[in-house]
Amino acid sequence: MNYVWVIIIIFSFFCAIATNNMSSLSSAVISGGTEAITLVLKLTGIICFWNGLMAIAEKSGLTRIISNLLKPVLKLLFPKLKDEKAKNAISMNLTANLLGLGNAATPLGLEAMKRLQENSLKKDTATDEMVRFVVLNSAALHLVPTTVALLRHEFGSQNPMEILLPSIVTSFLSVTVGVLMTFILRKAFKI
Amino acid sequence: MSSFTDYILPFLVTVIVVFGALKGINVFDVFLDGAKNGFKTVLGITPALIALIVAVNMLKNSGGLEVITNIFAPICNVLKIPEEITPLAILSPISGSGAISMFETILKEHGTDSFIGRCASIMMGSTETTFYAITLYYGSCNIKNTRHTLPSAICADLTSFIFSVFAVKLFIH
Repeated sequence: MNYVWVIIIIFSFFCAIATNNMSSLSSAVISGGTEAITLVLKLTGIICFWNGLMAIAEKSGLTRIISNLLKPVLKLLFPKLKDEKAKNAISMNLTANLLGLGNAATPLGLEAMKRLQENSLKKDTATDEMVRFVVLNSAALHLVPTTVALLRHEFGSQNPMEILLPSIVTSFLSVTVGVLMTFILRKAFKI
Repeated sequence: MSSFTDYILPFLVTVIVVFGALKGINVFDVFLDGAKNGFKTVLGITPALIALIVAVNMLKNSGGLEVITNIFAPICNVLKIPEEITPLAILSPISGSGAISMFETILKEHGTDSFIGRCASIMMGSTETTFYAITLYYGSCNIKNTRHTLPSAICADLTSFIFSVFAVKLFIH
């Protein structure tokens, strides 16, 4: 991410020179910080709320039940993961993702990352499990693309949901490729 | 009338709270304790989000997006991806809100049920904001070496871009 960040900034600077967009680049720098804080404020409520609910679900044993349901999937995706708490958090995140609850999935996912980090030896380096988990979350896991269907409806589509099956197939393929790549590239990027 | 998807969230919240209460837990107190920890997470992700959003805004406002689109245009031609949706393919991994507004423009200009409209819809339905997810998840626990996350995630994104065009031909047209 280090390189990506530097490249984006340098690239933007030179593009702005080339296209004579320096004034709008300048305002982007200023508004970017404000935009980030607005987003953080929006996220704060959601994150705190789901952390609270998650605490209830954990204490009541609900997370363990869901985790048991997802056991085969987890075994396939994280064959070496032993920690029960991490497994529970991952299960909750995957469930929220599948149901299309992106807002809930994020705080649950951050919780899972914390648990995964507790098991890692080098704290500033991602483990195989973390990489796979982040790749899963950076791909679309939802079963129903609600936002897209809603926008299609708004713009007057005859059949907003006709994209459902192709979207699911495409998502599934993309997730599979991503996960396979994490297994393949694992050895090339040593911890 | 509310749709089925409207039920999911309230239902889930109710189930979690009721299940906890039935198990004899002080649900309110446990909730407060858990929610308190949320602030730590938020503090952890703030710097990373500022860094990402400023950079993405710079890219959008500098005209850099058009430049990248032009660079990738020949590759997209080879892969038979319509050039109208290339900017969406480039924007969607880095900016969620940007992708949505570009998606709306495409739907407005080309129509929802056109070939391009359908491709864009499937592409939007099968990707997430990759860079945002990576920044957020690793930023929250201060991880600096992300190893093969980015290459793997980009492979996943590429698959969805290429296949979404293919999927329209396969399933709809």
